Amino acid sequence: MHMADALISPAVGGAMWAATGALTAYSAKKLKAELDERKVPLMGVLGAFIFSAQMINFSIPGTGSSGHIGGGMILAILLGPYAAFLTIASVVAVQALFFADGGLLALGCNIFNMGFFPCFIAYPLIYKKIVGDRPTQGRILLGSTLSAVLGLQMGAFSVVLETVFSRVSELPFATFVLLMQPIHLAIGFVEGLITSAVVGFVWKARPEILELAADAKPIGNLSVKKVLVGLGMATALTAGLLSWFASTHPDGLEWSMFKTSGKEELKAPERGVHAAAESLQQTTAILPDYDFKKPAKPSEPETPAEPENKTDGAAPVVSAGASVAGLVGAAITLVLVGLLGVALRMRRASN
Amino acid sequence: MSTIESALLDMGGLDILAAQNTPIHRRDPRAKVLTALAFIVTVVSFSKYDLSGLLPLFLYPVVLVALGNLPPRYLLGKLLLASPFALIIGVFNPLLDRTILLRIGPVGLSGGWISFVSILLRFLLTVSAALILISTTGFNAVCLALTRLKVPHVLTVQLMLLYRYIFVLAEEASRMVRAWSLRAVKSRRMSPKVFSSLVGQLLLRAVDRAQRIHMAMLSRGFDGEIRLIRPLRFGMADALFVLAWTAFFVLARACNLPQLLGQAVLGITR
Repeated sequence: MHMADALISPAVGGAMWAATGALTAYSAKKLKAELDERKVPLMGVLGAFIFSAQMINFSIPGTGSSGHIGGGMILAILLGPYAAFLTIASVVAVQALFFADGGLLALGCNIFNMGFFPCFIAYPLIYKKIVGDRPTQGRILLGSTLSAVLGLQMGAFSVVLETVFSRVSELPFATFVLLMQPIHLAIGFVEGLITSAVVGFVWKARPEILELAADAKPIGNLSVKKVLVGLGMATALTAGLLSWFASTHPDGLEWSMFKTSGKEELKAPERGVHAAAESLQQTTAILPDYDFKKPAKPSEPETPAEPENKTDGAAPVVSAGASVAGLVGAAITLVLVGLLGVALRMRRASN
Repeated sequence: MSTIESALLDMGGLDILAAQNTPIHRRDPRAKVLTALAFIVTVVSFSKYDLSGLLPLFLYPVVLVALGNLPPRYLLGKLLLASPFALIIGVFNPLLDRTILLRIGPVGLSGGWISFVSILLRFLLTVSAALILISTTGFNAVCLALTRLKVPHVLTVQLMLLYRYIFVLAEEASRMVRAWSLRAVKSRRMSPKVFSSLVGQLLLRAVDRAQRIHMAMLSRGFDGEIRLIRPLRFGMADALFVLAWTAFFVLARACNLPQLLGQAVLGITR
């Protein structure tokens, strides 16, 4: 469920980066305050452990397919919320950099989806409440399964929201939710059972490891509120700023492949607000007219336009002259870029 | 070869590429991190129906691959293997968005197909930017750059430790899986039960290892910070690198270069 750069808008990506950045700074500060530097090597090694565990496939009973674990809940249970969040952040970052899972802009989204929900929601509010200070096999089973399922559900839902808000994909909200949630319910259930088995194994073999994590103080009410308020502000601020910068194309309806250049930039601020408002309205309205497109204004290129092309009233009309220029230009650009690459390579080789 | 070992080889491969000495590799890591971020923000800020506007941006990966002496085929292979999430979601666009936006002669192209191709292009551009960053900079240098760019210290130290121990622990995991597969001749896939105890065992070894590492680090004077000998110097060339690329990104974003080029060419030939 890695979110991809290709699917998000700068506003969503930036907002999630801000949220993740705030959480990272907060967790780092908390960790420093706990003065538990013993955790730093442990975090690194456990991160590497999750990484290795993800590479091992196991068969999913009754389906004939195989899967691997995510491991977010295991880290939260073993390390406590703050250290686990940082560890998950670094695991996701390495995946983005080395295996091209997601991307750098989507990294904020991915860390948030896979880190925030298990560490700051599922762990303190579900696992801690169920397992408490006196773990038993039954409680561990119930607590880890429930928290893994719910953590993954929230993560999947957040993927849906990020995708819908970005509006690069055409999938309507309701369809996407119906697609994502059931799949992740199944995944979450398997993940939960595995998590409880691993945690149970550790608890039986070396109970003191679990106590290490329990030492980390659970988040009090006050700081949760602070975090959420801070998060909300950071998110809103970045989203606002970025959508101001980003939306020269206000509603994503404008056909701009062959537009003549340079006209929209001057009106950017007003369009930004407009766009933000409209995207809010669009996404809250959820369904029916999502794929209904207003005709974009016909572009008025400098080259003389042939009016007889305006046959179809519902579709935006692009003048033939402009589209030919666009296609020719696109082809030349690609050839030029390719040639440049070859030339640079040959020059290097000859050196 | 098992998936674990091939994944390790893969990661090692990128690090080997990063050990080269080219004009790109010599740039300060901070310059490369900032430029890559500017690039990605530029790419995703394009309208989803904009195809030709994205094309000039291919200049960035192409130039870096050429000057950085990276093997294009290897990178392309990694791109193709990369997470197909974007494609799975993107493929719905042509089904859902059927408004005809462009007519080339008798053929009408719907908005959905155009935005689908746009998703593909974005995917290629953004993912290759991330791979290029690592293979021209190296992971530790990226972490160092992040530290200098005020990312919390705990996180970057932890990233470096993580990266170091991935190799150790993944080898351990792969030995355990091999031992299992030698003994479990008939079953080709691990049952969840076996998997849990194997992973639990791996976890215990990891924790023990972490404790030994921590003691070893303490006895060598570890105080929570990792210091690197390599000095970072942000020189004129680095500033130029960032500025020139950023200027290019802004230019490509502000005006549709292929469109202008096409018009110019058609104007001459007419």
